[in-house]
Amino acid sequence: MSKPIYLDYAATTPVDPRVLEAMLPYFTERFGNAASRNHLFGWKAEEAVDQARQEVAALIGAQAKEIVFTSGATESDNLALLGVAEMYQEQGKHIITCVTEHKAVLDTAHYLETKGFEVTFLPVDKAGRIDLTQLEATIREDTILISLMAANNEIGTLHPIKEIGAIAKKHGVLFHSDATQAVGKIPVDVQEMGVDLLSISAHKMYGPKGVGALYVRRRKPRVRLAPQIHGGGHERGMRSGTLAVPQLVGLGAACRIAGEEMAAEAIRVRALRDRLHKKFTTALDFVHLNGHEELRLPGLVNLSFAFVEGESLMMGLENIAVSSGSACTSASLEPSYVLRALGVGDELAHCSIRFSLGRFTTEEELDRAAEKVIATVTRLREMSPLYDMAKEGIDLKSIQWAAH
Amino acid sequence: MYSDKVIDHYNAPRNVGKLDGEDVGTGIVGAPECGDVMKLQVKVEEGRIVDAKFKTFGCGSAIASSSLATEWIKGKTLDEAAQITNSDIAEELNLPPVKIHCSVLAEDAIKAAVKDYKERNQ
Ligand SMILES: Cc1ncc(COP(=O)(O)O)c(C=O)c1O
Repeated sequence: MSKPIYLDYAATTPVDPRVLEAMLPYFTERFGNAASRNHLFGWKAEEAVDQARQEVAALIGAQAKEIVFTSGATESDNLALLGVAEMYQEQGKHIITCVTEHKAVLDTAHYLETKGFEVTFLPVDKAGRIDLTQLEATIREDTILISLMAANNEIGTLHPIKEIGAIAKKHGVLFHSDATQAVGKIPVDVQEMGVDLLSISAHKMYGPKGVGALYVRRRKPRVRLAPQIHGGGHERGMRSGTLAVPQLVGLGAACRIAGEEMAAEAIRVRALRDRLHKKFTTALDFVHLNGHEELRLPGLVNLSFAFVEGESLMMGLENIAVSSGSACTSASLEPSYVLRALGVGDELAHCSIRFSLGRFTTEEELDRAAEKVIATVTRLREMSPLYDMAKEGIDLKSIQWAAH
Repeated sequence: MYSDKVIDHYNAPRNVGKLDGEDVGTGIVGAPECGDVMKLQVKVEEGRIVDAKFKTFGCGSAIASSSLATEWIKGKTLDEAAQITNSDIAEELNLPPVKIHCSVLAEDAIKAAVKDYKERNQ
């Protein structure tokens, strides 16, 4: 078997060797508790944490004091939504978010609904973007929070964060953005974008799993959060628990490297991604792009190879790691809710494959992957009754299918 | 994740293709929105299936189920073929519970093809 090819960087990334190297001493000789204020071991750990906080802040244009460390973006999203809801509920109980958000936001929002909050889930257009006019019209007297992601994890579509920030500010509503997929890949600046809360995860940007951060604005306005994890009062009382020093050092190093290399990396990865896409559209017909043509993460392309079911395609790709929005790859038997929200028909959602490229993707790997995908799609279409029909010019929608 | 038999049928599907003619019955089951469509055809001589072909849009288990179905029905009488059940297929392919519907679809496809042949040749 040939060497496996990883094209699933949106799911997680390997730890950059430079990040790992920075982390290692903090498992052994520098193992101290950053909260131990009275000895050298503690000071060393605290120093490392301070530096990491600085590095995270620098990448997003924030102040170090505005960074709250968490166990990852899921926790950051939970803390942002639950923390704001609990703290500001006297001012109102309405929250605005969007149907294509990550489950960490959606499920938290649904939970808040059971606690007496009202949530508006904005729809998206066929490229996955919200309508700003509709957003503004949705804001009410009792709206306390808008939560909209910077970049979507399935299709890579970017929301107009800066414009959303301006609308939020105009109406005095707090703005949280789940920027898990965006940070380290495209420029994110909390000042310029007018974001009040922003979720970050290390493992999507070549850092370790199980660590992340929530940016919490301290000035204009000073955002207050009700803690969701209670204890020793770490992280200015917003998130208790002994800091995971090695993980935080990893997150910091990942942010520093991203800051230095992001611009060049984005250009390289985008070129590779477009090369892959072009190879597909040149060799195959009926290839649909899911998401926005331009306003999209540089390393991500989500395609539907019509008439070939996603899981069967992945099965043929053996050594190539990608992901699919097909129902068969999930436990639920429902195709991706994100693709559904775009109005991509279920028949195409079942055929979707997400390719996400990253720092260690090479052109050679990409070409090998493209070849394998093209060969597999071609082979599976030869046994697809739908491809035959399409080739004969039969409109599949005109057929009365027996749903099961 | 997949049984060896599913992988084998997926990699080397038996009887992919199309049949034409008066003595052919065709069954198409499933729906594109549900992620699987099976087309199964039988060629019948004197009440016996002498050839069978399929085309399937669906996951590996769906492809394997229909491939196996064509293999099994060849040489059988129409009535014998119609007696093959989804559990026979699921058992042979070792399908996990979430993939049982693939075998159900294959059973339906056989029945639909037999019915179609009978209706055309009454
Ligand atoms: C947009 C988005 N938000 C949140 C998460 C959850 O992040 P974590 O794995 O750090 O909890 C992910 C990753 O799956 C994501 O892509």
